Amino acid sequence: MATSPLQRAQTRLAYMLVLPASLLILVIYIIPIILVFAASLTDYTLVSDHYEFVGLENYRTMFADEGFANALRNTFFYAVLFLPGAFVISLVLAIAIQEQKQFRSVLEVLYFLPVTSTLSAMALVWAALMDSGQGVINATLETFGIPGVNWFGNGNVVLYSLAIISLWSVIGFNMVLFLAGLTAIPQNLYEAAAMDGADHPVDKFFRVTWPMLGPTAMFVAVTSSITAFKLFDTVAILTQGGPDHASEVFLYLAFLEAFEYFNMGYASALSLFFLGIIFVFALVQALFTDRNVQY
Amino acid sequence: MAQLELKNIKKSFGETPVLHDISLDVAHGEFVSLVGQSGCGKSTLLRIIAGLETPDSGDILIDGASVTNSAPKDRNIAMVFQDYALYPHMSVGENMAMPLMMARLPLHARLPGMRSITPAGRRAQPEIRAEVAKVAAQLHIDHLLDRRPAQLSGGQRQRVALGRALVRNPQVFLMDEPLSNLDAKLRVQVRAEITELHASSGLTFVYVTHDQVEAMTMSDRVALMQSGHLLQVGAPNTLYSDPAILDVARFIGSPEINIAAGERVAGRVRLGDVTLPITVDGQGPVQIGIRPETISLPGVAGLATAHPGQGPSLPLNKRMVEDLGPEVLIHGHFAHAPDAPVRIRAQKSDSYGTDDALMRAESLTVTLNPQQLLFFDAHGQRLTAKALETVGAT
Amino acid sequence: MADTLTTPAASWLERLRPKSIGRLVTTVLLFAGAWIMVFPFIWMISSSLKPTDEVYDRDFTIIPKTFKGWENYYGVIFEQPYLTFLMNSFIVCLGILAFQLITAIPAAYALAKLKFRGSTILFGTVIAAITIPINVTSIPLYIGLVRAGLLDTYFAMMFPFIVSVFAIFLFRQFFRGFPDSIIQAARVDGFSEIEIILRLILPSAVPAIAAFSIFSFVAHWNDLYWPLIVVQSQDKMTATLSMMQYQSAFDTDFGRTYASATVVTAPLVIAFLFARRLFIRGITMTGVKG
Repeated sequence: MATSPLQRAQTRLAYMLVLPASLLILVIYIIPIILVFAASLTDYTLVSDHYEFVGLENYRTMFADEGFANALRNTFFYAVLFLPGAFVISLVLAIAIQEQKQFRSVLEVLYFLPVTSTLSAMALVWAALMDSGQGVINATLETFGIPGVNWFGNGNVVLYSLAIISLWSVIGFNMVLFLAGLTAIPQNLYEAAAMDGADHPVDKFFRVTWPMLGPTAMFVAVTSSITAFKLFDTVAILTQGGPDHASEVFLYLAFLEAFEYFNMGYASALSLFFLGIIFVFALVQALFTDRNVQY
Repeated sequence: MAQLELKNIKKSFGETPVLHDISLDVAHGEFVSLVGQSGCGKSTLLRIIAGLETPDSGDILIDGASVTNSAPKDRNIAMVFQDYALYPHMSVGENMAMPLMMARLPLHARLPGMRSITPAGRRAQPEIRAEVAKVAAQLHIDHLLDRRPAQLSGGQRQRVALGRALVRNPQVFLMDEPLSNLDAKLRVQVRAEITELHASSGLTFVYVTHDQVEAMTMSDRVALMQSGHLLQVGAPNTLYSDPAILDVARFIGSPEINIAAGERVAGRVRLGDVTLPITVDGQGPVQIGIRPETISLPGVAGLATAHPGQGPSLPLNKRMVEDLGPEVLIHGHFAHAPDAPVRIRAQKSDSYGTDDALMRAESLTVTLNPQQLLFFDAHGQRLTAKALETVGAT
Repeated sequence: MADTLTTPAASWLERLRPKSIGRLVTTVLLFAGAWIMVFPFIWMISSSLKPTDEVYDRDFTIIPKTFKGWENYYGVIFEQPYLTFLMNSFIVCLGILAFQLITAIPAAYALAKLKFRGSTILFGTVIAAITIPINVTSIPLYIGLVRAGLLDTYFAMMFPFIVSVFAIFLFRQFFRGFPDSIIQAARVDGFSEIEIILRLILPSAVPAIAAFSIFSFVAHWNDLYWPLIVVQSQDKMTATLSMMQYQSAFDTDFGRTYASATVVTAPLVIAFLFARRLFIRGITMTGVKG
């Protein structure tokens, strides 16, 4: 490769420009990842200086541990509660709002408001609303003759409660994404469909809207899934994993192990497992985006 | 009874009127072009015919039946969009099958995945496939049936759009500027194909374009629109040789018609120092339309005009000559009117270029053909003028 | 529109009516849903204006029966350290953003427009790093900070975030769209590379920078996980973190509690209401067209 003076000057400049970021990436991402891998193979705890290399012991413990299994179950169950709503409700809202010429802006703002709010603060509010004795929600239910629910005290219900709060905070976000996707669909496709006889809403949806939303829908599905697995804030503030580990989701368990019990080695193994899950989602998105929906 | 009748169509978008009382009849099997500049309302009119827009008032009839309130699919009309509007996620075959599927399958069979399962779907599928194959073969795209639109060239995409429209066996075929996305060479080719298609199918075509050459070469009749009004409807040749108003004369013909200012004096017309051998009614100024291909240059060897004729001569100051290969375009102005540009289009014959008369001369004597002159009053209304038998003298 | 119709008028109106009813029902439902979205805010603000015993009153009214707003907010802002909490959030978020922009923009430009060895590896690393959440790298980072004695400092609160691989990715995509011909013309005109970056590229990237800034600021303002780990004393708490205090009976005055929640939530919400377009673009920019 012939290097002219201009080329060399450019290369020098390029290295200067990327140096700060590269160094920081090294220190903040690369080295820590390596250390996490390493730590997962030890029994390092912050408290004692002495630690040993234990190989895959942490992983064996992990898979055998009831706490791990419980956290995984809780997280998956919560995801199953959360994801369909996060996807379908936002999509339906987006389609409905798109047709509202006059109120579209107002509705967009109102639905997006929860997205901009600080979840940890609003979680306190939801705790009050869902208070089993004095909360507004149970009060309203009871005026309709429905018995109040023990939203946070009942282990069978607590994940539903958390899902409701998360849905509330996320629906506006997905809705806006779907709206952007819907707006991008060329109007004349619908016109061509009308000429072809597809003016029934069901036909329009399956023949034009849904296929054209492909990339957006994929993105929403993947980011919502990742968000579901990253559940932490509301658990930390409202339930601390309770009652009786019923709401102990994966990230919260990892957090406790690392920063409450200081089992750094074990927590590292947990983190890597978590990374694996995230990685699978990212991979799915990458593959699907390239293959399926490229026009 | 005409196949398509438009009666008093009016349309405004908000406060802005877009169509002012348009009435037009299209006969069975006719090819009618809606021509005009951007913004004249031709696309809106087409969309109203299609049912994609509703008129504020007026009526649309197809074969005598009013379709003004019918949905597009109920009008037995097909439309080819300017950018083809092909479904990007479907193959060519599926694109073309769409109208048939919508028409033949009940709702439950149209849901995704249900086509092969339901009995109605299973019955209809081979029929649909056969019809699509037939149309595809007609348009020479049968080898593309499995491809996606993104993999096709512009010309191929257009044929798919045509196929999707043809497959419905429509009564009226609408086309919205179908050639504007094609490059020049392809345009000429597809123009011919569309004309052939019209001839072989015998369908009624309504064709929107801003290109008057397309309109003039393809149509049985041309409807010229401007600012939401229908200026004139007639055969291409009629619009060319017998325009009702000046704007029509201006729009048709390339290069644009020359307009010279003249004066009506004692029943005759004076242009500069010359009295034209024309009788005309009325008084006052007159606008003389002189087509570039009707001005002869007797003094220059090897140049002929399309419509040579004996007539009065005038001096022309030449500014520039463009050599276009088989013809030349001469730019200049009449000696008496330096602010009014005049263009002449002349064909070269074998003896062209043997003398340098054209290039050397600064002033040329040109001859007008009184039979070909068009006269309009100050408002652009066409005046009837009769050419006199004898040649006028200066 | 309906006034100037001729004969088809009657059938037009008939077509119009059923659609309108459907529309009306949809609109009503949409606003009902919007009410659910907004109600927690209304409840929060309303409670923040009430005395503590009225907050959980079964007989809920939006307008407080006894107005105690002044005392509640005064207590939150001046008696409790909420100004400190807010300031900490601002310092941390702005600091993070500043560093992110300073490191990401040059790197993104180099990746987008300059040729150098290792650019592919670097970009590949950037993409891979985007998928790595803070939760995974938090353990070694924490240990490092503990060893360095830097826990409970602004540095610790900002450190893991001062390089944003997402920003590098985003800006690189944006810069790639910048026409090479303009850059080459500038070089021919004698601009130095630095001048090109500062005078041509940066100004054109302002929308992307603005959108990303919103995204970053909001994300870090709302972050609970990392501050929870590295902050130990109250005077470094961020607004978001301060909400954790209410697990224990930090404040027995409920009205005041929700006043503090309002104070914490207000900045972002108000900013959102003022800069709606920018916000939506920023927060969802991880999205659609890629």
